[in-house]
Amino acid sequence: MSNVNVYQQRPTSAARAESPLFHAELDKLAGRSVGSAGVTLREKKLRGHLVLRGEASDTGFTGAVESVLGLKLPVALGLTVKGETSLQWLGPDEWLLIVPQDEEYTAELSLREAIGDRHISIVNVSGGQTLYELTGPGVRSVLMKSTSYDVHPSNFPVGKAVGTVFAKSQLVIRHTGEETWELVVRRSFADYIWLWLQDASAEYGLAIAS
Amino acid sequence: MLHIQCPHCGELRSEEEFHAAGQAHIPRPLDPDNCTDAEWGDYMFFRDNPRGIHHELWVHATGCRRYFNVTRNTETYEILETYKIGEQPQVNGKPVVVAKAIEGETV
Amino acid sequence: MSQVNRLTHGGRIDRRQPLTFTFNGQRYQGFAGDTLASALLANGVDVIGRSFKYSRPRGIVAAGAEEPNAIMQIGSTEATQIPNVRATQQPLYAGLVAASTNGWPSVNNDLMGILGKVGGKMMPPGFYYKTFMYPQNLWLTYEKYIRKAAGLGRVPTEIDPDSYDHMNQHCDVLVVGAGPAGLAAALAAARSGARVILADEQEEFGGSLLDTRELLDGQPAADWVAKAIAELDATPDVTLLSRATVNGYHDHNFLTIHQRLTDHLGEKAPMGQVRHRVHRVRAKRVVLASGAHERPLVYANNDLPGNLVAGAVSTYVRRYGVAPGQKLVLSTNNDYAYRVALDWLEAGREVVAIADARQNPRGAWVEEARAKGIRVLTGAAVTEARGSTRVSGARVAAIDIKGFRTTSPGEWLNCDLIATSGGYSPVVHLASHLGGRPLWREDIQAFVPGPAPQKRVCAGAVNGVFALGDVLADGFEAGATAAGEAGLKPVAGEVPRAEHRFEEPSLALFQVPHEKSTARAPKQFVDLQNDVTAAGIELACREGFESIEHVKRYTALGFGTDQGKLGNINGLAIAARVQNKAIPEVGTTMFRPNYTPVTFGAVAGRHCGHLMEPVRFTALHGWHVKQGALFEDVGQWKRPWYFPKAGEDLHAAVARECKAVREKVGILDASTLGKIDIQGPDAREFLNRVYTNAWTKLEVGKARYGLMCKEDGMVMDDGVTACLADNHFLMTTTTGGAARILEWLELYHQTEWPDLKVYFTSVTDHWATMTLSGPESRNLLAELTDIDLDKDAFPFMSWREGTVGGVPARVFRISFTGELSYEINVQADYAMGVWEQLIEAGKKYGLTPYGTETMHVLRAEKGFIIVGQDTDGSVTPQDLGMGWAVSMNKPFSFIGKRGMNRQDCLKADRKQLVGLKPVNPKAVLPEGAQLVFNTQQPIPMTMIGHVTSSYYSASMGFGFALAVVKGGLGKMGQKVYAALRDGTFVEAEIVSSVFYDPKGERQHV
Repeated sequence: MSNVNVYQQRPTSAARAESPLFHAELDKLAGRSVGSAGVTLREKKLRGHLVLRGEASDTGFTGAVESVLGLKLPVALGLTVKGETSLQWLGPDEWLLIVPQDEEYTAELSLREAIGDRHISIVNVSGGQTLYELTGPGVRSVLMKSTSYDVHPSNFPVGKAVGTVFAKSQLVIRHTGEETWELVVRRSFADYIWLWLQDASAEYGLAIAS
Repeated sequence: MLHIQCPHCGELRSEEEFHAAGQAHIPRPLDPDNCTDAEWGDYMFFRDNPRGIHHELWVHATGCRRYFNVTRNTETYEILETYKIGEQPQVNGKPVVVAKAIEGETV
Repeated sequence: MSQVNRLTHGGRIDRRQPLTFTFNGQRYQGFAGDTLASALLANGVDVIGRSFKYSRPRGIVAAGAEEPNAIMQIGSTEATQIPNVRATQQPLYAGLVAASTNGWPSVNNDLMGILGKVGGKMMPPGFYYKTFMYPQNLWLTYEKYIRKAAGLGRVPTEIDPDSYDHMNQHCDVLVVGAGPAGLAAALAAARSGARVILADEQEEFGGSLLDTRELLDGQPAADWVAKAIAELDATPDVTLLSRATVNGYHDHNFLTIHQRLTDHLGEKAPMGQVRHRVHRVRAKRVVLASGAHERPLVYANNDLPGNLVAGAVSTYVRRYGVAPGQKLVLSTNNDYAYRVALDWLEAGREVVAIADARQNPRGAWVEEARAKGIRVLTGAAVTEARGSTRVSGARVAAIDIKGFRTTSPGEWLNCDLIATSGGYSPVVHLASHLGGRPLWREDIQAFVPGPAPQKRVCAGAVNGVFALGDVLADGFEAGATAAGEAGLKPVAGEVPRAEHRFEEPSLALFQVPHEKSTARAPKQFVDLQNDVTAAGIELACREGFESIEHVKRYTALGFGTDQGKLGNINGLAIAARVQNKAIPEVGTTMFRPNYTPVTFGAVAGRHCGHLMEPVRFTALHGWHVKQGALFEDVGQWKRPWYFPKAGEDLHAAVARECKAVREKVGILDASTLGKIDIQGPDAREFLNRVYTNAWTKLEVGKARYGLMCKEDGMVMDDGVTACLADNHFLMTTTTGGAARILEWLELYHQTEWPDLKVYFTSVTDHWATMTLSGPESRNLLAELTDIDLDKDAFPFMSWREGTVGGVPARVFRISFTGELSYEINVQADYAMGVWEQLIEAGKKYGLTPYGTETMHVLRAEKGFIIVGQDTDGSVTPQDLGMGWAVSMNKPFSFIGKRGMNRQDCLKADRKQLVGLKPVNPKAVLPEGAQLVFNTQQPIPMTMIGHVTSSYYSASMGFGFALAVVKGGLGKMGQKVYAALRDGTFVEAEIVSSVFYDPKGERQHV
């Protein structure tokens, strides 16, 4: 473990945090939604995001992850969720672990300790991405306007996560509930995706939740 | 727009999720320093341009970020197989030529 | 004007809903359910435009997408103009404003009409090329008038107020066309549980069933349509798209559908509604049920208003309650067209005669017509029409098709409507979009879709199946097959019963012989939109254009916005006849997307205005905006370009910002730099292989600048990489190179060196990077950090961990300005707080925010390159004078090593990076300026390089540049001349590329 540099990157004191959608002032918009909205958007902000790399066929590695998180490493396009913690397949040797705010450092330490000296990688990307949660009967149509991936429930059931093209950008779409989806959005694209979603959901009615 | 089976994601995806990375199965010479200019030039610059079966390297750029191989018919754009790096293609050689207009013949 | 041609009853229009519209400035009335074309015909409007080349009066000839003449400019305001709308496909709405596309200055009183009459004889195919190309300098004058006269519609000059979008669709079975075959196929597929999309270009589903006189299950066919649609509508996962043209058939069953959602409601979409939507469909199977277009016959003066394709007459009568005339002469080579005469009779109009080219027709429809007392002339055809702006008579003569001659002088029949049918042309357009060549079928005298690798099934008329009962059966079978192939279990379902009639085959007739030769007979039009005549095609063949592909390009056959839907086969047949060949020997006819014209709005969708391209922002962007920064686009990023104070221009602001960094301290948002986290026991070895320099000895806590080359030895990217721990590195890339370099590292790791234990993860967005640069940067940073900044404790090219402004940070002591610099990296969420603390604490040190322009000047003063500006993919490290960054002794032959040792890369006279100092200190060379050694040489001069970067240096007091010059590194002190656009030269001296602080002392303090 000493051969990698692991440190607490999030301030433990009360420093001001600005999530990728900070400038949109969603909290102010949240009060204003009227009538029935086909789409409700919420930023699940400031979570701990870790990219985990390792050998999927190494049961020592997968077992260690499971013992620490209580979650199985999902296979291709899988997403497993336990409370506020989720583990998602990104590639054959790559997963995205999302934990509540402030838990990413201890999660990384625990994982590294359990995995031992195997060749793995854990990278904190908490500042680099955020989650948009979209919920409501209009969400599927909004997604159909935005991605060429088939979002019909027969192809995209709850518990699936897919990295794909979205508008003229790319992101990960996660199906987390019958009418609920999450987008894993890179910080620098957050404003573009936010503008796109406002536009695409206009005809169904957009509400903001805080 | 092509529909490409990603061998890692295990499903068909739209071409826009991928980047093409040229001809497949062109290994880097193990000892570049001892290649002649001609040998090195061959590795660097010379590629097949067949009408028919072509083995290509693609990367699933917006998905799993894995490189993999595609056997594609450059005439019909059919993708005959996709396979992981390190595997060998199952489809080789000349493809069946798609029938042309049969001139003057009735069906 | 009243609706003189409107029938008192019948049709699918709503007579209780009259709609007023305007055509060429005149007001008319139609009914809800009309198309613009049916409403114009109802009002007795014969001339709807002038022809493209000869300016002859033209009327409506068809009732669907194949219409070549009624091409309209729609819209009452500038912003809502739409060109090239087919009146036959434009539903009528209240207040619709339409104008002829052709016919400048007006349809009825037309300057060009006179010109046209003169030009008529003078303008054979090739006329433009032969006449107007010489003298060449006059072409510009001619062109202006020709283009205006040609008048192919115009785009609006104001912004379109409407909104357009795209929708991605997926299905098991996409059914193209909702006529009898398509509806049957959709039902069969839907009953099997398939995800089905049914798309049809018309206002209503049903296709020919909406106007056929045939019955299904003993009831009007339209009743069955309503039942079928109701069933489909109630089936889950069936999507019905009306007003939706399947316009393109692309690779791997990807099809594009252009749906006009509100074009029937008005020229502007109602508030909040999308006007057009493009559906991007991926279908497991496609059922092509695109039907067929009836082919008109080619005869003299066949372009006069009042000449219609036979089936269109039935459509106007039965669907729109419009009888476009009184007295009909029908000319046919087949049984089906007889239905038109029966419909006409039923509408209370007179059928003067039917001319049937066959000698002894005995089909059921024929006998029915005879039984109704209609005069049927056999072995005959209409050979010529007469009239001025409307048909007033038709000459019917006996013809010998084999001998291509008339065998009787013929008889002139008084009539005001000529309907002709030369059989059906299956709509093979979509089937040929991917290059599948259609096949000629002699038995039906038509092309049908040929074999193709696409996963599709053809059904109905497109397949050459025309009898209604057969079409329905074909459709059901196709739908079941498609669903089965898509993995579903077909379910047997109800098929409606159509009456079976005895039918005889049609006869091969395309151009009707005339008593005079084709060249001498009145014009016989093949392509009405482009004014291509039979004589023109004959001329093309005589001049040696034998293949139909050449004939088309010579005559413009099929090059109109209608893509020759009516004329192509007739043109082929004429070329074949002239050359004495079989039709398929002359070639086939191919089509490209789109099937019908698409608006630019629909193509763009929502990717316009502020959503045209993604714009990427750093975590500090809001601050830059508040400070009034101007921004520069760097890839998709917005980066502060400079921060002007009141009254400052770029130069003043940059001079101030440069001075601040050189003398005090500046701050730059460097967050856009690409950052890649590298972990693994072989990380170091991997770096050795992808960078040109050596990484074996880089200690933990240190950082190093690295150059990356491609295998050809040319510089591809550069940046600083830090050793965070023995198995852990942080690589930085250029802003534009971030994604590409990560993909490059993965390429080599996954394909060449999978044995190396290393992982790469992008952390570009995770870290925000704030660069303090200038002599005061240490003092400023010291106020906010717990890191020991002592120059020995924290030397140049190292990094330390600590807090800055209370936030955990990694600080890198590296410099792109040549000054003492610290790059502070914090998790992006916390960057703004740190930045604002730095700004506040920096006040007493004269802290100045600076942008990319100042960064460029400062780095250029130091001779630091920007990959992509000072390099262009043909520059080796040695060319840059950066041989110090190449380690030829590394054990592994790193990427680029072999390439940069090719003979050509070792030549002494390669272009090499040098500094240029203009002799006139005020001169600033233009970037990109070509360089010569000697101005006293003949043009073209020998160019020896070009300027890559050029600025005015406020701190040095003179203009300076970086440039690549042949053999430049060995030519210090020599003069070069930069050529300017005005023919003058600026003299400059070749100097070292490092202008400022050549020993690098300032960054080490």
